[in-house]
Amino acid sequence: MAEVKRITTPLTKEMARSLKAGDSVLITGTIFSARDAAHKVMTEALDRGETLPVDFTNQIVYYLGPTPAKPGDPIGSAGPTTAGRMDKYTPQMIEQGLSGMIGKGYRSPEVVEAMKKNSTVFMVAIGGAAALIAKTIKAYEVLAYPELGAEALAKLTVEDFPAIVAIDCDGNNYYEEGQKPYRKI
Amino acid sequence: MRTIEVEQITQAIAKMCMDACYYLSEDVYDALVSAGRKEESDLGKEIIGKLVENANISKNEQRPICQDTGMTVVFMEIGQDVHFVGGSLEEAVNAGVAKGYTEGYLRKSVVAEPLFNRKNTTNNTPAILHTNIVPGDKVKIKLAPKGFGSENKSALKMLVPADGVEGVKKVVLDTVKTAGPNACPPMVIGVGIGGTMEKATILAKKALLRSVNKRNDHPEYAKLEEELLEMVNKTGVGPQGLGGVTTALAVNVEYFATHIAGLPVAVNINCHATRHAEAEL
Repeated sequence: MAEVKRITTPLTKEMARSLKAGDSVLITGTIFSARDAAHKVMTEALDRGETLPVDFTNQIVYYLGPTPAKPGDPIGSAGPTTAGRMDKYTPQMIEQGLSGMIGKGYRSPEVVEAMKKNSTVFMVAIGGAAALIAKTIKAYEVLAYPELGAEALAKLTVEDFPAIVAIDCDGNNYYEEGQKPYRKI
Repeated sequence: MRTIEVEQITQAIAKMCMDACYYLSEDVYDALVSAGRKEESDLGKEIIGKLVENANISKNEQRPICQDTGMTVVFMEIGQDVHFVGGSLEEAVNAGVAKGYTEGYLRKSVVAEPLFNRKNTTNNTPAILHTNIVPGDKVKIKLAPKGFGSENKSALKMLVPADGVEGVKKVVLDTVKTAGPNACPPMVIGVGIGGTMEKATILAKKALLRSVNKRNDHPEYAKLEEELLEMVNKTGVGPQGLGGVTTALAVNVEYFATHIAGLPVAVNINCHATRHAEAEL
C-alpha cells in the first residue's frame, strides 16, 4: 500500500491532481457537509441564478448526515453516505469549483467526465466506521438550511480525517483496480 | 390469559433501538474479526480492522456504530393468550421508537410521505411493524434498525420453477455485484425464497435477523447458504468495494411454500453494521 498523503484545505486543483487512485490520505482543515436534500436545494438555487451560501472553489464536500451530538461533543457519529445519489447534482456542483468529494460507492460516467474536466477528486471514507471517523471531526457548524436537520449544509473542522482516493482526476478508478485481482467469478 | 401493559412494549422498544445502534451483536463482531484474519488484501484487512475498532468505540462510549441509524423494523411474535391493555400496540411501538431515537441521540431518518413533500417526521416514526400470532402467552420482539445504503441495493425477482437453484444463485450474484461498495461491504445477505411477492421480501428481511453463524435447519438450504457465500466472496468486491475476498460475512436463506407456477426470490442486503436486538416479555 502506498504511503499516507497528508493534505490540508483548501485543496488546490494542483494538489487534487497529485492524488492518485488508491492513495490513502489524511485531511486537515475545513470541509463542508451536504447530502441529498442540500444538493437539491443548492442546485435549484443555481438554476434560479442565485449564489450559494458557500463559495466551493477549491473546497471539499463530504456526503454526510451525522447523528445528533451528545452533550459536550462537536458531532455524533459521522460516516459517509452513498455518493451515487448525488450524481444527478454533482456536475453542477463541480462547476462551482469543488476540488474534492468524500462519500462511498460508484459514480456515474457523467460525474467522472466532470471530474476529469475540472480536476476534481473523489475520495471514500469507510462506510459505517462512523464513531471512529467522528473522532477526527473537531467542530461542526450549520451554515444553511437548518430546517433540513441532519441534512443541513454545514462546515466541519477536521484533523487527520482518513480517506482513500477512489477515482482520481484522470478518471482512474480504484474500485475497478482494487477488485480485479480478487475477481474469480 | 396474560395481561401486558403496552407501556412495557414502549420501554422495551426504546431500549432495543439504542442497544442495537450502539452494540454490534456478538455474532457479527466475531465474524468481522475472523474475516479480518482471512482477508488477502492488505487494504481490505486494514478496513476490517477499522470496522472492529469502530465497533469497540461504539460499545465503550455508547455511540451509534453508523450515522445511518436506519428505519426501525420490528418483528413481533404475540402469544394468542396475551391481552394488551393501556392503549394501542402500534402506537406503543412507535412511542418506543420515538423515545429511543430521541433519548439515544440517534439520527431521525424517516420522511412522512415518499414522493412529493418528503418531510422528516423528526422522531424516526413510524416503524415497520410485522406481527405474528403464535400459541402461548409470551411476546417476542426482534428489532432491526435498517440502513438504506444497503436497503437501496436489495432486489426482488419473480423466477419460474425451471430457473431452479442456478436461477436463484444468479439473482444473488447480480444483486451483490450491483450493490458493490454502495452497500458498505462486508455485507450480510438475507435471501427469501418462495411464498408470494411480499412474503419473499419479508422472509429475506427475517433472514437478516438470524445470527450470522447459524445455518438453516434444512440441510439443503444450509448447503445453499454456504455455496452462496463462497460465490459472492469470489466477486472480488471485498471490504468497502475496494477489493478482497470478504464481500459478505454470511448469507442467510429462509424459505416458504409457494405456488406451482412460481419461484419468488428476494435479496435483502445489509451492511457490516447488521444490527439487531431481541427481547421477550
